[in-house]
Amino acid sequence: MNRVLLIQLGLLARRSFLRTLRQPATIIPSVLFPLLLLGVNAGGLDSVTKLPGFPADSYLQFAFAIPFIQGTLFAAISAGTDLALDIETGFLNRLSLTPTHPAAILLGQLAGTVALAMLQGSVFVLVGLIAGIQIEAGILGAVLLVLMMALLALGFGGIGALLALRTGSGEAVQGVFPLLFVGLFLSSLNLPRDLIQTDWFRTVATLNPLSYMIEGLRSLIITGWDAQALGTGLAVAFGLAIIGLSLSSAALSQRIART
Amino acid sequence: MSAVTRERERTGRALGNGIEVEGLVRKFKKGPRAVDGISLTVAPGEIYGFLGPNGAGKSTTVLMLTTLLPPTAGTARVAGYDIVREGPKVRAAIGAALQEAALDPLLTGREHLKLQAALHGLPRQERTRRGDALLERVGLMEAADRKVRGYSGGMKRRLDLALALVHEPRVLFLDEPTTGLDPQSRSALWEEVARLAREDGVTVFLTTQYLEEADALANRVGIIDHGHIVAEDTPEALKAQIGRPSVEVVPADPADRGAVERVMERFGEGVHASGAAIAVRLSRGDLADVVRALDAEHLHVTNLKLDEPTLDDVFLAKTGRSLEGSGGAEEEAS
Repeated sequence: MNRVLLIQLGLLARRSFLRTLRQPATIIPSVLFPLLLLGVNAGGLDSVTKLPGFPADSYLQFAFAIPFIQGTLFAAISAGTDLALDIETGFLNRLSLTPTHPAAILLGQLAGTVALAMLQGSVFVLVGLIAGIQIEAGILGAVLLVLMMALLALGFGGIGALLALRTGSGEAVQGVFPLLFVGLFLSSLNLPRDLIQTDWFRTVATLNPLSYMIEGLRSLIITGWDAQALGTGLAVAFGLAIIGLSLSSAALSQRIART
Repeated sequence: MSAVTRERERTGRALGNGIEVEGLVRKFKKGPRAVDGISLTVAPGEIYGFLGPNGAGKSTTVLMLTTLLPPTAGTARVAGYDIVREGPKVRAAIGAALQEAALDPLLTGREHLKLQAALHGLPRQERTRRGDALLERVGLMEAADRKVRGYSGGMKRRLDLALALVHEPRVLFLDEPTTGLDPQSRSALWEEVARLAREDGVTVFLTTQYLEEADALANRVGIIDHGHIVAEDTPEALKAQIGRPSVEVVPADPADRGAVERVMERFGEGVHASGAAIAVRLSRGDLADVVRALDAEHLHVTNLKLDEPTLDDVFLAKTGRSLEGSGGAEEEAS
């Protein structure tokens, strides 16, 4: 990466951070809603821990991974709608008229998403510790939880950017993202896969990459350092980031048709 | 002559501040040719008014000339560089304020200028100096640290212009810069654009659907309709092509209408007039002759008006439609 590109990336990342910080209406729900959902889930499903083979004594402990992945989806919606707004207002055209490299435009935008995800992750860890959650992988595990959330935000943010670049509409981005929440519920979000009794649900959850992301995050909380679960989760998260960034880069090249 | 102007004249001669367009075409998928083989030349330091209704092809032309949209056919050179083969050089030489004020509502005016200057590669100190100078010039110094979402339409347009000028471009593209502005903001923007051309030698390519804007600002006007340039000349020459002015009078006594008509017919052929008015296109004599003739016949009038041809008359003559009030589809590429 050359020096000019790094400077441009820094400038646009700073703009993205500022935008994020100046939109409390985006930050607050993206932190509060996942925690509220966690509270509701943990309160209603605690008896599930009595199932033979359930891997945790407390459902709160088991479900604590959920806000990390839900939070990234909120952050990604924000990335997509911000980029769509840049297209709608013509700000992207303004950037295209400067010598700015397209990679700086995309990564600069996603930097704000990653920052928001890291802020969310830190709040989740703090709230979890206050609520008595014990992260089995220790302090390093807590740090890795936040970093994995940032990686997932990069991947989902790339998908959000792709939707924004293909449609040019913030409404379209917000309209498509609920499908990802449906996908999330068709995973091992609420139960370990081997305890899902319905065959089709278990098959879908096994095929669903989101299951492996959740299981990777969850392993740090309820197991400690589980190389297989963590490795698979990280591999899927990296894969998502590569796919999200590649597809959104290609869409950006098409959107910026400058000569 | 200022040092800036002398320098611009020197570089203008060396590199060409002008615009040369030859047979430029843009066709969209499943659509008509938004721009259909236009050719034009804009001299260095000239203000060229590109006049036409919505959907005529104005914005598509600007997007091609600013390198944001590749042409389907034809060639163009801006500031001496080919818009297809030398896109980065063109972009370095031009500034553009496109159809909508392209601003981030969450950033302040000053942050916009600093970001824009930094992305153009200006050194840190120069960014601040240039930003402050432009904020002062467009009258936004007091609002510089307020977020743009609180700006009025006029303030946004002025900031948009300042952003287009941050890297001292030699050619400036303004796409309908005063649409939606109040008369005061419009007039302030006109003054600044005229000053840029006059004092800094900047070449200005200005699209507009306002006749008075083209008339007041442009050295030359090109009229575009359905992707074709249908007329091009100075505003005065275009109006002269249409013919002489018309005179309209309203008789003081309706009973004198016939007598007034007979007097007026001596000066030219009758044209449409509203209400009780009688109008002729002058082919003989002038307004003073009409007044003297009416006076000689002891005919009194309550109203007397001389109408010079307007650019709308030119548009009407060239296209069969009136530009004023002609709306329609938005620009295809906007």
